Amino acid sequence: MGLLRTKRSVLPGFGLTLGFSVAYLCLLILIPLAGLFVKSASLTAAEFLAAVGSPRALAAYRLSFGASFAAAAANAVFGLVVAWVLVRYRFPGRGALDALVDLPFALPTAVAGITLTTLLAKNGWLGRYLEPFGIPVAYTPLGITIALIFIGLPFVVRTVQPVLQDLEPELEEAAASLGANRFETFRRVLFPTLWPALVTGFALAFARSLGEYGSVVFISGNMPMKTEIAPLLIVTQLEQYEYGAATAIAAVLLVLSFAMLLGINALQRYGTRRFAGAGEEPA
Amino acid sequence: MTSASAGRDWTLADVPPPPRTASAVADPPWVRGLLIGVALLFLGLFLLLPLVTVFGQAFSKGIGVYLDAITDPMALAAMRLTLLVAAISVPVNAVFGVAAAWAIAKFEFRGKSLLITAIDLPFAVSPVVSGLIFVLLFGAQGLLGPWLTLHGVKIIFAIPGIVIATTFITFPFVAHELIPLMQEQGTEEEEAAVSLGASGFQIFRRVTLPNISLGLLYGIVLLNARAMGEFGAVSVVSGHIRGQTNTMPLHVEILYNEYQGAAAFAVASLLALLAVVTLVVKRVLEWRMGRASRAL
Repeated sequence: MGLLRTKRSVLPGFGLTLGFSVAYLCLLILIPLAGLFVKSASLTAAEFLAAVGSPRALAAYRLSFGASFAAAAANAVFGLVVAWVLVRYRFPGRGALDALVDLPFALPTAVAGITLTTLLAKNGWLGRYLEPFGIPVAYTPLGITIALIFIGLPFVVRTVQPVLQDLEPELEEAAASLGANRFETFRRVLFPTLWPALVTGFALAFARSLGEYGSVVFISGNMPMKTEIAPLLIVTQLEQYEYGAATAIAAVLLVLSFAMLLGINALQRYGTRRFAGAGEEPA
Repeated sequence: MTSASAGRDWTLADVPPPPRTASAVADPPWVRGLLIGVALLFLGLFLLLPLVTVFGQAFSKGIGVYLDAITDPMALAAMRLTLLVAAISVPVNAVFGVAAAWAIAKFEFRGKSLLITAIDLPFAVSPVVSGLIFVLLFGAQGLLGPWLTLHGVKIIFAIPGIVIATTFITFPFVAHELIPLMQEQGTEEEEAAVSLGASGFQIFRRVTLPNISLGLLYGIVLLNARAMGEFGAVSVVSGHIRGQTNTMPLHVEILYNEYQGAAAFAVASLLALLAVVTLVVKRVLEWRMGRASRAL
């Protein structure tokens, strides 16, 4: 462990804590994840391509991507509005509303799934008002998107909120004193500061939606080619003992998730640097 | 106006101040009203309505059905298993989180940012894939499957698999919370303790732990909520054996699929109650720590 150290410290416990952390990380996380790639490497190229390139798998990827993208986009718009309202305005119940935003983190996904399905089914509290307009929601891609909006809701709000809170009011005052109206101030002063956080929130919501299972499985109806998302296809293949196919589809999903994670990390670093840079300017 | 033009018996102090420039950076009332309306409608439809629905549906067949559902032997077995799983994965991951945060926040070493990224990996993995990797390792057809069968150890479709998958899913929570907190606190207080002759354990217990206790609790509360509510990963490894490998979320699924809606929502209402308690405790801790809510 001593070789790793780049700076001397008088504090004890470096070897013990780092050794334990890395060992635990390897045993529980890295080795099992590597096992997935070992298993998919044992498939021949033809088997792998047949699994990930089958029409059913392609339809599942398309649906997962499309619904996740639509849900994250909806969250970007409404999340920005919610963050703005929670930071800028004072009204009764604001504190409770603010706390409620984290509900999708705390509520088990299966509970969210059965609740949304019950609400949006033909005879549900919401579904009965949508049905006459010819908008069936439960067991359609629209229903999947709604479940994913629920799941991704906190991400945009919670990434944009702190940036809005830390904004200097002087910036807006300066814009106003130079004759900008509120819309121009938003477009040319506020939005350029907010967009890295907005994109980060979008990406977090998108990444979470891509792998989501519990809240979607009830509302989707699970019809192959129509309402079957990628994680569900993995479960279906597993239940039919098609371990190879399940592994191949999972490997693709995992690689996509890791790419998103790296992208999000880069975005967050970019956002922090930009933001820190703005704050360090001489007064 | 009259008095001013008449005798100028006023001083500058009497002149009402000009309207605050605040109006220049405040939104017009109609924008304000519209945005609050949109936010309330959105949160009302997507958060409040589902939350109310859980409890509404739970009591839709009366209190008797509700009580029967949550005192059913299978439901009680599911609750016991859920508590057992949380009782293992929460302390294990809390200890890991503290150890990892200590190494990362108090020392400089090569590969640190790589380690931080690796710790967050489970957040990026789909719950289903999290379950699958353990089926591939420990399942009958898995890499270690033959060895486990030979020695009569059952992990997949048994409780150990559920515990392992849940521990995987909830692995980053405490570390993710403590690393930035401890990095911010620096090392000066601990160094002072060392110079006064404190042992490693004394430093941790008397200096570090009091400083991080709220953050640690915060991480544990979120970790616990996820451990008790995890569905996808557990569903893949559990095998859904009633009374044996059914956690509460899986029990909710079974009841729901058997068209026992009120019973499903009755058990779900306990999980929703846990979620509400989690949110309240989270908010209180955030208030005590003097900081805003943030995403994971």
